[in-house]
Amino acid sequence: MACILVFVEQRNGNIRKASLEALSEAKRLASGAGWSVCAVLAGHSVAAKAAELGAYGASKVYVADEERLARYSSEAYAAVVREAAAKCAPSALFMAGTALGHDLSGRVAARLGWGCLADVTKLAVEGGTLVATRPVYSGKALATVDGGATPAVLTLRPNVFPAATGGTAAEVETLPPAPGDIRAVVKEILAKEGGELDVAEADVIVSGGRGIKGPENFALIRELAGLLGAAVGASRAVVDAGWIDHANQVGQTGKVVSPSLYIACGISGAIQHLAGMSSSKIIVAINKDPDAPIFKVADYGIVGDLFQVVPPLIAEIRKLKAEA
Amino acid sequence: MKSCVLMAYVPDTASMIKVAAAGNRINEADIKWIVSPYDEYALEEAIRFKEAKGAPVTVLTYGPERAQQGLRECLARGADAAVHVKGGEGTFGDALAIAKVLAAAVRKTGPFDIIFAGVKGVGSDNALVGAMVAELLDMPHVTGVVKLEIGDGSLTAHREIEGGTEVVTAPLPCVVTAQKGLNEPRYPSLKGIMAAKKVAIQAFAPADLGLDEGALAGAGATCRWKTLALPPAKSGGVILKGEEDPAAAARELARLLREQAKAI
Ligand SMILES: Cc1cc2nc3c(=O)[nH]c(=O)nc-3n(C[C@H](O)[C@H](O)[C@H](O)COP(=O)(O)OP(=O)(O)OC[C@H]3O[C@@H](n4cnc5c(N)ncnc54)[C@H](O)[C@@H]3O)c2cc1C
Ligand SMILES: Nc1ncnc2c1ncn2[C@@H]1O[C@H](COP(=O)(O)O)[C@@H](O)[C@H]1O
Repeated sequence: MACILVFVEQRNGNIRKASLEALSEAKRLASGAGWSVCAVLAGHSVAAKAAELGAYGASKVYVADEERLARYSSEAYAAVVREAAAKCAPSALFMAGTALGHDLSGRVAARLGWGCLADVTKLAVEGGTLVATRPVYSGKALATVDGGATPAVLTLRPNVFPAATGGTAAEVETLPPAPGDIRAVVKEILAKEGGELDVAEADVIVSGGRGIKGPENFALIRELAGLLGAAVGASRAVVDAGWIDHANQVGQTGKVVSPSLYIACGISGAIQHLAGMSSSKIIVAINKDPDAPIFKVADYGIVGDLFQVVPPLIAEIRKLKAEA
Repeated sequence: MKSCVLMAYVPDTASMIKVAAAGNRINEADIKWIVSPYDEYALEEAIRFKEAKGAPVTVLTYGPERAQQGLRECLARGADAAVHVKGGEGTFGDALAIAKVLAAAVRKTGPFDIIFAGVKGVGSDNALVGAMVAELLDMPHVTGVVKLEIGDGSLTAHREIEGGTEVVTAPLPCVVTAQKGLNEPRYPSLKGIMAAKKVAIQAFAPADLGLDEGALAGAGATCRWKTLALPPAKSGGVILKGEEDPAAAARELARLLREQAKAI
């Protein structure tokens, strides 16, 4: 029976949500095609998490638990994934399209001699093979791709596939220590100041562009974001102006995001910005120019001065939340 | 020490995308071509390394004739040598096939102490080639680098991850992929543009590197673009007029987001 192997990512021992999404999508596809789903988990003191993955669809979980796997290393993690792949001979390997997934997928694919289908947003099984849809040209076009004659590594874009429980317990198998040296070593992880939510992971994003007039006015954007549990995004114009860090930039040379709600304040909607956010589920635009291109992709919008619109919007949302 | 920059020559980021008659590629008719934006950061970092340590920079591309333009541009910005592997129509989008060609070209023209690439190439949007080249050449790699220090046999890189930065050390030789924030790329100088014209570009066919491009693009393909389509155009957005009574528009928006979109 064919099998999909899912690499499950953890940070500090916590399973990443995007990995549960990948696992759930693997299960959904496998159920339709009569395949099985296995998972592989690497880390330190993570063994206890392995059995839980059954709930998301894995029937078997391979675990590599070692101190030197505590922090991510592409070389050691690639060795672990190869070991698991050798055991279950999958026809596809899924990973979450996170920073780690994008770093690891290329090395693993090259090591296995398989293709890699990156940042997939839709999957189907056609005639027994997986066909993936992925945004290309920064979302200006959608390509359907397959992995040719070899099995494929796939990274699944976070926030696109729903995570769904409903499976049962998984059988756990411990892998031997990962062979080989680790050359590129993560010495330290510096957390972003203020512990702000990252746009790449957020389910709601409130972004500010040049229309906010100055860096001090990010306070208004932050207030709305805080109320919605959202991350703060930005256009390149304001990043280049030094109003906010590059990590917050959305677009072609920033993060590509697919949140369920994206609110753009004072952003014109240049093609390179749309590239990064047009696949968001609901897009809201607040801009004083009725002809701003952002309105072409907006589900909801207000033509008006954001300094007069955002404060009453905050007040009204606060009121609605209090009533609920 | 020597460094190499992998450069993809790609459609301008402002390009309108149209689908070609074949149905699985873009129509290249009105496209303007550029050095992929992240590769500009890669090149700038290599040139800064040269200015600091005297390490000459070779730019390497795999692509059709027009990619020479991109190589000339990189030479004008300060690269010392350029290598062009001609071809790539059939292997387009197949990161592993491209990485195999680039790794073979590195073996032929190297060795290099450090190989720079962009974190992601415009168009294919794979974010794969750098790590694949590293694996094929048995080198370590660091992707998405926003800060880099190169020492005598090793480097220290800051790599962007969700919510923070990883500080990574690795021995040389190593592959590094550049993220925005690493540096501010310079413009070519007039002197650079004149000097670039005199540099002879080393050209190879994949066959010169011992590779069969037909097989890489055919039976050996590891990623095939089957169809290409434009995303469905959005329409029917509810756009409220907020010029006269912004507060009323804001209240209505909040209500729609809650009751209709169920988004808040
Ligand atoms: C290679 C390349 C890569 C790029 N990558 C990116 C990228 O990743 N992300 C990105 O965002 N851009 C990117 N850009 C830049 C992009 O082309 C635009 O320049 C940028 O997105 C514009 O930012 P903006 O919308 O904030 O500013 P502007 O285009 O100046 O728009 C400001 C908007 O604010 C509105 N406004 C002004 N005052 C108010 C007010 N009081 N109330 C309401 N609205 C108001 C205006 O009507 C206007 O629409 C890239 C460009 C290039 C060439
Ligand atoms: N055809 C190519 N020739 C040279 N370098 C390339 C080529 N394709 C990709 N690269 C390099 O790999 C990086 C990532 O590309 P990709 O994996 O396609 O997103 C690019 O920024 C380039 O540095």
